Amino acid sequence: MAKHSLRRLLGLIPTLLLLLTVAFFLIRVAPGGPFDAEKALPPEIQANLNAKYHLDESLLQQYFRYLGQVVSLDFGPSYQYKDWTVNELIAQGFPVSLTVGLTAIVLAFFVGTMLGIAAALRQNSTVDYSLMGFAMLGISIPNFVIAPILILLLAVYAGWLPAGGWDWGVPSMVLPIVTLALPAIAYIARITRGSMIEVLHSNFIRTARAKGLSESIVIRRHALRPALLPVISYLGPAIAGMISGSVVIERIFSIPGLGSYFVQGALNRDYTLVMGVVIFYGVLILVLNFLVDLLYAWLNPKIRYDQKR
Amino acid sequence: MTKNAEQQLVDPFEAALGVSDVKGRSPWEDAWHRLLKNRAAVYSAFIMGFMVLLVVFGPMLISWESDFTDWDYTSSPPSLESGHWFGTDAVGRDILVRTLEGGRISLLVGLVATIVSLVIGVSYGATAGYFGGTADRMMMRVVDIIYALPFMFLMILLMVVFGRHILLIFVAIGAVNWLDMARIVRGQTLSLKNTEFVEAARACGVQDWAIIRRHIVPNLLGVVIVYVTLTIPQVILIESFLSFLGLGVQEPMSSWGALVSDGAQDMESAPWTLIVPSVFLTVTLYCFNYIGDGLRDALDPKDRL
Amino acid sequence: MKSSTKSQAPLLEIKDLNVGFDTPEGEVHAVNNLNFSIKAGDTLAIVGESGAGKTQTVMAALGLLAENGHASGQAIFKGNDLLQMSAAELNRHRGREIAMIFQDPMTSLNPYLRIDKQMIEVVMHHQGLNKNQAREHAVEMLRAVRIPDPERRIRQYPHEFSGGMRQRVIVAMGLLCEPDLLIADEPTTALDVTVQGQISHLMGALRDNSNTAIILISHNLGVVAGLCERVLVMYAGEAVECGSVEQVYYDPRHPYTRGLLESVPRLDRPEEQGLNSIPGNPPNLLTLPAGCKFRDRCPEASDACREKPPMQLDDQRHAWRCILGGDT
Ligand SMILES: Nc1ncnc2c1ncn2[C@@H]1O[C@H](COP(=O)(O)OP(=O)(O)OP(=O)(O)O)[C@@H](O)[C@H]1O
Ligand code: SF4
Ligand SMILES: [Mg+2]
Repeated sequence: MAKHSLRRLLGLIPTLLLLLTVAFFLIRVAPGGPFDAEKALPPEIQANLNAKYHLDESLLQQYFRYLGQVVSLDFGPSYQYKDWTVNELIAQGFPVSLTVGLTAIVLAFFVGTMLGIAAALRQNSTVDYSLMGFAMLGISIPNFVIAPILILLLAVYAGWLPAGGWDWGVPSMVLPIVTLALPAIAYIARITRGSMIEVLHSNFIRTARAKGLSESIVIRRHALRPALLPVISYLGPAIAGMISGSVVIERIFSIPGLGSYFVQGALNRDYTLVMGVVIFYGVLILVLNFLVDLLYAWLNPKIRYDQKR
Repeated sequence: MTKNAEQQLVDPFEAALGVSDVKGRSPWEDAWHRLLKNRAAVYSAFIMGFMVLLVVFGPMLISWESDFTDWDYTSSPPSLESGHWFGTDAVGRDILVRTLEGGRISLLVGLVATIVSLVIGVSYGATAGYFGGTADRMMMRVVDIIYALPFMFLMILLMVVFGRHILLIFVAIGAVNWLDMARIVRGQTLSLKNTEFVEAARACGVQDWAIIRRHIVPNLLGVVIVYVTLTIPQVILIESFLSFLGLGVQEPMSSWGALVSDGAQDMESAPWTLIVPSVFLTVTLYCFNYIGDGLRDALDPKDRL
Repeated sequence: MKSSTKSQAPLLEIKDLNVGFDTPEGEVHAVNNLNFSIKAGDTLAIVGESGAGKTQTVMAALGLLAENGHASGQAIFKGNDLLQMSAAELNRHRGREIAMIFQDPMTSLNPYLRIDKQMIEVVMHHQGLNKNQAREHAVEMLRAVRIPDPERRIRQYPHEFSGGMRQRVIVAMGLLCEPDLLIADEPTTALDVTVQGQISHLMGALRDNSNTAIILISHNLGVVAGLCERVLVMYAGEAVECGSVEQVYYDPRHPYTRGLLESVPRLDRPEEQGLNSIPGNPPNLLTLPAGCKFRDRCPEASDACREKPPMQLDDQRHAWRCILGGDT
């Protein structure tokens, strides 16, 4: 297991390198530098600025310089937010994004699996059909459609919740978390329903029933874990989806998270900030996927066994 | 080998093995009947057909131009009297026309980008699966590596760097979305390539690429059709996501995502500007998802129960 | 050997059992008007070709039919009709009084739970033993089915066992609660001959010691002969012949039974004559013929067979469903 984990971890390196390289060169071939807006700058000041940010070096030099920086976990200064380093901006925004994202994924997991199981146990009933209809709707309505509609209904018309902003208070968290979680809830409910139905048809469930165990024990002890395995493997993509979803959610609800910085940076051509966020989130997604993989293997004795050998 | 000679070599084998009609009539008919029984999918297909007609011909039938600003009716709610059935936006443009024209872009992006990812994905996946061995391992390793990239962020980066040209959106989305397709096609190809008729053709000396084209690709059709229907809504979603962030298509062009974004700005004073494009977008995605689901159930009978 | 028990009321009595499955193509008539009974300490074999309805018969009795399946008739166990019971009532009998050994050893164990957990839960649930007692009991049972090093093996997962080993685990699990009725669906198919012998010996011992009734479903007429007293031959969901092993093996009355017996390789016959399986296929269960269901394949078929043949019964409790055979 340990050996396997190590191998998987090493396998992440090429992806990381590719990510870094693509991001770096994409940005460097971009037309227009970060100081274009300040065109009136005298040439010597321009040169100074360029020197300060090492823009006067060759592309390759810059690339390796940046690689070195990233390895030492330093994303450099922000081009746009003077006096701020990218690290500081990430440290500022990430806790907010993490709070929203983590709560949303936990919420999605529990609500989604429960709805899915409820539908599976009443397969082809009205409950099942309506739950799955809603799940399909949840998949089909984009975040950025449901968010303004919820704001309109619950904040503007009903006045129950704030329409945006972030004060670390629960009311300001409800709408962003719910909107972020909705598509994942829908996906997880569908996946759980499908896998639960499949598991309930398997021979070992028949064996368990033949033992005279009650249906609830059969489900909890015998069916739940295999039914949840596909959900676990979906968590990887779900997390990636949520991270990109958070970009619009944070914008819609004016939440000062990492996603907001990213969009702002993107619109302002703040190279270092954008790079920093892309790499930071890239690494985060890789690491979380890795953890999900471990969890999956841990829950699945067959894989655990194969890896031991 | 000339085309004709190759034909002659392959055909007797196909005839002998009863696969000359590669599609195998009856499984396809079966699938078709199963599909027709899936009411959600059938209704969705009808609605989508109607939606396409509406989006393509609707703007011609409506007397408003999409960029015409009707200063008498700014932010006016839906009404029959004013002639703006679905209301107008803050500068008096007709929401319906704008939504329909936005739909052209959204659907076009969905279609073109899906085709791009289809072409890349199928050829990549079929090649990897067909050759197997080291080539396959290397090719799939590349897919794995790319797969792990936070691609929404890269897409945003791409938009920022190269500007928001519509062609770029097609290519960017398509180029990123081919990974799933490649994986699925490769898996199918791997399992297909050892079947008898492919082996028979190979034993007969038919060239590799000919086998891919004549035997493997037709057999992949089912999976690919399902996947395409599921990719289209995904792509539409990505495009609207980008447009919503202000990174997609640019004025005066518009897409559903951009319209939703505009609508969200004025939703307090003019909620219809948000609701109309939202409904069009959601209905489209909803229908595509149901059609895709229905096709999958129909073409993959093992899921039946 | 068990003559003292012969007169008592049956433990399980199947009356007029019909099992059907709804499918897109129509209703599959898997079991049709089946009647049989078994007393405590009896051993009944059910034999027949694949698809004859052997498994679905017992599944119906245990309330384990697939969702698209439905059963009518009666399955009276100790005076109560199993088919009328709620799931909770059934659960008082399943596992404790009626144990089932399933046909497919590769998939009948839960791959996500260790063997010990799967064995212990039955005993704890039905006999109120604590975990350690239950485990000890389970280890003993594994030892009894000849699993080497059971203390260690019991902590393993199913996939760490070979097919034959899993089969033995399943058998052990069925025997754990010393049920009144043991239903064994092909319990020895995956096993080699020596182990087959051991397992059937084990089941025989259980019957003799605890007066357990056994229903053995098997293709293996040898195992059947070694263990069972009575044989029920099924064809297309119907009982076509039923009698003692001696009657059915040495004096088969139904042409299908004769065909079945001839398809068994035997030492007293030259090779080329052996293994002549019955030509043709069983009828489509969607559209069963009105008369004798074996007519298409029967070498002795006549026009009279277009009517449903009656069940004939001689005074030795030997029954068969054919217009012929009464005079021999
Ligand atoms: N869920 C189901 N839906 C439709 N038909 C079914 C279903 N389950 C079983 N059948 C059909 O019922 C018939 C009887 O099946 P059964 O399992 O009793 O056969 P069997 O005698 O046990 O055969 P085998 O020796 O192969 O185990 C078969 O033709 C089978 O196809
Ligand atoms: S009833 Fe007729 S067809 Fe049926 S088994 Fe007897 S002889 Fe054969
Ligand atoms: Mg069976």
